[in-house]
Parts: sequence; C-alpha cells; structure tokens
Amino acid sequence: MEALTTLGRTGINILRQYGKSGILLYRAIFRVPNIRKGFPLVVQEVYDEGVSSLLIILVSSLFIGMVVALQGHHTLAKFGASQQLGPLVALSVLRELGPVVTALLFAGRAGSALTAEIGLMKATEQISSMEMMAVDPLQRVIAPRLWGGIISMPLLTIIFNATAIYGAYLVGVKWLGMDAGAFWSNMQASVSFHSDVVNGLIKSLVFGFVVTWICVHQGYDAEPTAAGISSATTRAVVYSSLAILGLDFVLTTMMIGGW
Amino acid sequence: MDNLVNIRDLHFKHNSHIVFRGVNIDIPRGQVVSIMGPSGTGKTTLLRLIGGQLQPTAGHIQVADKNIHRLTRKELYQLRKRMGFLFQSGGLFTHLNVFENVAFPLREHTKLSEAMIRNLVLMKLEMVGLRGARDLMPAELSGGMARRVALARAIALDPELIMYDEPFSGQDPISMGVLVKLIRTLNDALGLTTIIVSHDVQETLSIADYAYVIADGKLIGQGCPKSVYEDTSSQLNQFLHGLPDGPVPFHYSADSLEQDLMGESWKH
Amino acid sequence: MLSQRSIESIVGLFLVFAILLLMVLAFKVSGLTSFFKTEGYTVTAIFDEIGQLRVRSAVKMGGVTIGEVTAINLDPKSYKAIVQMRIRSAMSDIPSDSSASILTAGLLGDNYIAITPMYSTIFLKEGSQIDETHSAMILEKLIGQLLFKIGNSGKSTDTAKGAKQ
Repeated sequence: MEALTTLGRTGINILRQYGKSGILLYRAIFRVPNIRKGFPLVVQEVYDEGVSSLLIILVSSLFIGMVVALQGHHTLAKFGASQQLGPLVALSVLRELGPVVTALLFAGRAGSALTAEIGLMKATEQISSMEMMAVDPLQRVIAPRLWGGIISMPLLTIIFNATAIYGAYLVGVKWLGMDAGAFWSNMQASVSFHSDVVNGLIKSLVFGFVVTWICVHQGYDAEPTAAGISSATTRAVVYSSLAILGLDFVLTTMMIGGW
Repeated sequence: MDNLVNIRDLHFKHNSHIVFRGVNIDIPRGQVVSIMGPSGTGKTTLLRLIGGQLQPTAGHIQVADKNIHRLTRKELYQLRKRMGFLFQSGGLFTHLNVFENVAFPLREHTKLSEAMIRNLVLMKLEMVGLRGARDLMPAELSGGMARRVALARAIALDPELIMYDEPFSGQDPISMGVLVKLIRTLNDALGLTTIIVSHDVQETLSIADYAYVIADGKLIGQGCPKSVYEDTSSQLNQFLHGLPDGPVPFHYSADSLEQDLMGESWKH
Repeated sequence: MLSQRSIESIVGLFLVFAILLLMVLAFKVSGLTSFFKTEGYTVTAIFDEIGQLRVRSAVKMGGVTIGEVTAINLDPKSYKAIVQMRIRSAMSDIPSDSSASILTAGLLGDNYIAITPMYSTIFLKEGSQIDETHSAMILEKLIGQLLFKIGNSGKSTDTAKGAKQ
C-alpha cells in the first residue's frame, strides 16, 4: 500500500513537471514576439550559447574525426578496403557523431550554464523583480535562450561535421598516405546531401530544442538555494543527455524507415 | 481618506501550512504604513499577494479599486507598472551595470529617446545619492548601495505604491540611517504610498504613519506607532521589546526535559 | 564585457562561418552538384543488369572520371535498365561505337561505368545511345557458376574414389 502511494505520488509529480515545462514552453515561445526588442536578446544568446561553445566543439570534433579515421583505417585495412575510409568517416560523423556529440557537449557547456544562470537569477530575486516590474520573465529571459539554443545547435553541428571530416582527412591522407582523390571521391559517391547531411541537421535541430528546453525549465523550476541550483544543474545535464540518446534512436528509426 | 490598498478577510495557505487566517489591512494613500511581525509570519508573502504574484485561498485584495486577483494578465501587468517593489536582496540584474539596471524598466515600458532615458536615470540615481556609481556592476556594490540602486529602479516609472521587503535587515547603522531617511523623503517628495515590511521595530516605527503587527496569521495590533509601541498586550509587548520569553516560547515545543533525558538513559 | 555591436558582429561571423562550412559539406563531402546544371552532354546506355550502380556513380574512360550517372530507370517493356550519364563537354570526341561496361572498383568497391573507345569517326553527342554494353558482374552469380563447376568436377573424383574402393 505504501509502495503504491509512493508510486502514485511519483507519477503525479512527474506529470506535474511535464505540465509545468509545457506551460513554460507555451508561454515563452507561442506568443507574438516583439522583434525590435527580441532580436538583440536572441543575438546575445546565440553568442552566449553558440559562440562560447565553439572552442570545445572545434577541438573535440577534430580529435573525434582523427580517432574515427585511425580506427576505421585499422579495421578496413584488414579487408583491403581502406579506400572506403572516406565514406566510413563521413557517414558516421554526418549521421550520428556530429549531431549527438555536439548536443552532448552543448548540454555540458551551454546547457548547464543556462540552468545555473536562470536558477541564480531566481535565487537572487531577479526573476521576481522582473515580474514586479511588469516584464514577463518568460518572454524576456526564457524565450531568447530557447531561440538561442535552437539556432546555435545546427550551426555548431555543421562546424563539428566539417572539422571532424577535416580531422579524418589529416589522418587518412596526410598521415596514413591515402590518395586524396580517392578519399574525397569515394566520400562523395556514398554521401547523399539530403539523407545524410540534412537528416543529421534535422536531428541537431530537434536536439537543440529539447536540450535548451530541459535546461531552461530546470533552471526556472530550481529550488532557489545553492543546493537547489547545483542539483538542478546536474539534473539538466543528465536529463538532456538521456533525451539526446533516446531521441536519437527514435529519429534514426524514423529516418531509416523511409521518412 | 481613500485607501490605495484594501485587504479584506485574507486567508492564505501554503501547502498545508496556514499563513493567514482572516487579515484586514487598509493602506491609505500617501502614507507610510509598516507591517511588522516575527520571522516566518508571512510578511513577504503578504507583499507578494498585494503584487499579484500569489493567489489568496480566500478573501480579496483591492489595489487602486481593482481586485488584483480577478485581473487578466495584461491588466495585472498594467497595474504593476504603477507599483514599485524592493526585494530583500535588491534583485538587481547581475549582468547589467547600475545605469542599465535603473534604465531597464524605462527601456521595457517606454519609447523614450536615449537622451531622455539618460536624464531620467541620472535623476533617479541622484535621489538615492548614487549618481557617481552609475558604471559599477552590482557585484561591486555594498549591500546598502545595492538596495539604494534597487530603490532607484523601483521608482524609475514613478509608481504610486512602493513596497519594501525587509529594507533594513543586515545593514550597518549608517546605511540603515540612509535608507530610513530615503524611504520617508521619497514618500513625501514623490507623493508615494509606502508599505514597509520589517522586523526592525525601532527604525520602522520611526518613519511609519501607521503600523500593523502580525503574528500567527492574524493581526495582533494596529495603530499609530506610539500607541502600538506602548501597547501592553503580552504578545505585542514581547515582539516590540524583544523579550526572550513570553507568548512565543523560548523552547521549541518538545517533551519535558526529564522525560527526554530519562528516555535516553533507559535505552543504554 | 563586449558591446552589443561587437557581439552582433561576432555572431554574424559565426553564422557566416557555419554557412560556409555547410557549403563545404554539401559540395566537397556529399558532392552535391544538382544545384547547378553541370556542363556537358547526356548519353544513355541500356544494360541487362546494373548491379550496385547508383545515381552519381562515376563514368570513367581509361580510369579517368569523365562524367557521372544522372538517372537510372527500368524500361517497363524490355525489363532492362536505362542508364543516363552526363559526360563533360571537354570529352566531346568519344567514338559512337564505343562500349560501356559496369565494373567494380576493387573487390568491395563501388560500381562505375567504364567506356572503352572504338574507332568510329562519328562521335557521341547529346541524346545518343551507346549500343554495345556489358552488364555488371554479380558476385553471387559468379560464385554460383564456380560452385557448379567445382561440384561437377567433385562428382567425378567421388566416382573415382568409389572405383578405388
């Protein structure tokens, strides 16, 4: 009986969380925005979320590309198929690694910062005082951050993809001595712009939306204390990562299933 | 005399904890009214109720002849433009400097030119004596200065009503004196109506025109500061004069000491 | 603390950078060319079997890429594959009696069309058809034939063994 009550209470709490985050999203995004005031705020957030994540994205994508190339070459060479390195790297990066790793890094770098920032604004009564100044914090604080994330993520993914493939080129062609022409032409022969590049970017758009939403909601819903903010930040990163991996599976299924 | 704020039979429950059970408060226009009470009696909650951030369980609150909990979101925001609210921690935006903090409500709600905004902001900062601090960031301000900046921001839109949440707590005597003087002068100079919520009895009573004392979700006393201070009812007496024991007991409710100690020794 | 103006410029730069890299992904990585009508002329060839040939597979001559496959359709009457390929206009002197074969790059590589030139003095032009074609080698069929032959020869050794006993 006790266990049943606990289960019921947990269920209600989870539902309430979903409801709250839904309302947050509705009130932040599905309102007519004020372009004149909103645009600079969104630009500021693209800077805070996108540009500030650029370095970590560049460095990690370069290394990931190089590692995939090394591993791929090692394995492909056993079958005498090392010219297929280009397609291997390009497809795995464009379809999976690019969107997923970018989203995970984004959640760790920009997402956690979002949660902490909003949580702190709440704890220091900045959100409340905004409300009392008749400024809707959902419009002024939350909405630009959501848009910033949605815009930044695909851009970061494009950059990740390009650098990772460049990293693979460095290892495959410059180091392992593959023929540059074969590397690129095999890649071009098996990569399709629509089903590989664009689908990867659709994934990253979805991830950008979901990760920012989770992080913003965790911050806005955080207990306004130091302990509350730190646990909200942890939750934001954990939930984001799980959501990314789960959604990746769903999206991949949809895309492969002739969507 | 007409009242800017009327609170009638206010009940408020937070989760299962009853905060107010039937409170009636009138705030007359143009006066400084203080609402006092021990910590945890929901004084801040009362201000949030007046500001429309919380919904009462029963009863109603009228601000400027409007029932604040019946308003649409838009009307509520319109009404809030006529209120200033000073939070305990100031609530300054940490990413903006002093000037931009004060300019924030002006930029949000008016279409004034940049030169006009500059003049207005400098005037407001001059009133609180911090015109020279306009380029500092909130992190560089002392607690008292931060509150004065927040005050300048709260009066930026020339409100009718201004509410202070614990303006004196944690202040050194000098900045406390500055704030006490500021609150009174601003009220008289700008024709404001002021509500101060505080447990700093001496300072609050020194500037108030009228005082309410709340404890246990009810009003336990009201009147002009002098009569409240001299009231001899034991509850009021204990709070206003800071007696360690009285109707609010020194000991948190517990079993008798003997029982507790004996119980411990039996176990071992 | 950066000014609004410099933040806007940096964000603009970020955007331009990302769009440039998207172009790189489109053209360098996925070889997207359909945005621009590539110069050249289109010829068709009919194959019985095209194997793994796909749109954008290479068309080569003497191992040098001279064009790419632009469309593959099935003729509903003859059940043969009609392959359209676009050949660069620089290669305008391909004899019209040349043959086209589908070959595989290495054991596991992609299929491509190899054009072997003949001796005609009439050259291929827009809309011409290559008559002489060689279909793709299908590994399974080859293996099947091989096994069949081995099986036959195995039978004869079996009978030889039986005779010994």
